[in-house]
Amino acid sequence: MKKQNIVLFSSIFLILLFALGVYMYKSQQAKKIGFMARENASIFVREYSQTLGSDDAKVYLVEFSDPACETCSAFHPFVKKLMAVNPGKIKLVVRYAPFHDGADYFVKILEAARKQNKYWETLEVMYKTQRYWASHHKPQPQLIWKFLPSAGLDLEKIRNDMNDPEIVKLIKQDLADAKTLNVRKTPGFFVNGKPLTSFGYNQLQKLVEAEINENY
Amino acid sequence: MTNLDQASHSNWTIIFICWIVAVVSTLGSLFFSEIMEFSPCTLCWYQRIFMFPLVLILLVGLFPFDKSIIKYALPLALAGWGFAFYHYLLYSGFIPESLQPCNQGVSCSETYVDLFGFLTIPMLSLISFSTVVALLFILKRRLPK
Repeated sequence: MKKQNIVLFSSIFLILLFALGVYMYKSQQAKKIGFMARENASIFVREYSQTLGSDDAKVYLVEFSDPACETCSAFHPFVKKLMAVNPGKIKLVVRYAPFHDGADYFVKILEAARKQNKYWETLEVMYKTQRYWASHHKPQPQLIWKFLPSAGLDLEKIRNDMNDPEIVKLIKQDLADAKTLNVRKTPGFFVNGKPLTSFGYNQLQKLVEAEINENY
Repeated sequence: MTNLDQASHSNWTIIFICWIVAVVSTLGSLFFSEIMEFSPCTLCWYQRIFMFPLVLILLVGLFPFDKSIIKYALPLALAGWGFAFYHYLLYSGFIPESLQPCNQGVSCSETYVDLFGFLTIPMLSLISFSTVVALLFILKRRLPK
């Protein structure tokens, strides 16, 4: 065989091997997570987890997110749109994976806002103003306070409530579940326990629509 | 004449094997970071810096076979070997963890993969670099001065 061909065929062989590895790994992961979804659903939704949408919804969209993560902020309107297009069919579950340094500070504010029934308003404000207080992946906690009043929050109460040790426990549990489910980047999406294996708006929409078709 | 042909053929094969090792290591490390989503630690990055270019530089040296490839590939392979060896020592505990030059994010001594109970990622890297370095030295000795 000519030397050029040896190199060419080895390259093709190794690249195909790589692609096969990707395929096998992804399907094995999906199987493993599917098994966990059947055996232990609470990994995906804890009792304390914040949810949005009807209790009768048959499609659970679990999102592991980080308030300081730019992509989470970019995905939020898209997720909202998905829910609006399919009214009553999707239930959004917010789980935390604050991977950015210091991002748990913002989770604490969110959870404190929950006690004032202003969770979703606060999340909206956080994502909208994120570029001012978390530019270049460097969250600056002190900068967020001037934006919070627009969510209609009692800031004094937030400052008190955010130190609740329960919130620290909740973040720990969410991070532990994220680890179990192999979430290493945010946002990490699961639709009825099925992981979003290839990341993107279209892929998420397809996965959600497939679950809607299956359940309705 | 045939002897000479055969010798140059084996010389080519030696570089070809080095190239295969570099390609497999590169694809393997990309699989760990991009597919399995393990973030590479600082030491892993330094090893990648020396492994990835070997794929291209060795390929160039194959067509047509150019013996000066040793001169260009060996420094990369040796530097990478140095990092791999240090990483291996750190990983297996010969160097205490407090000495490690890693940031908080990713620990260089955490075990991510353990194939067949003994093959870890730093070990794979050390094996790859050792193979490339050894083969390049063998080739160097085979070639007439």
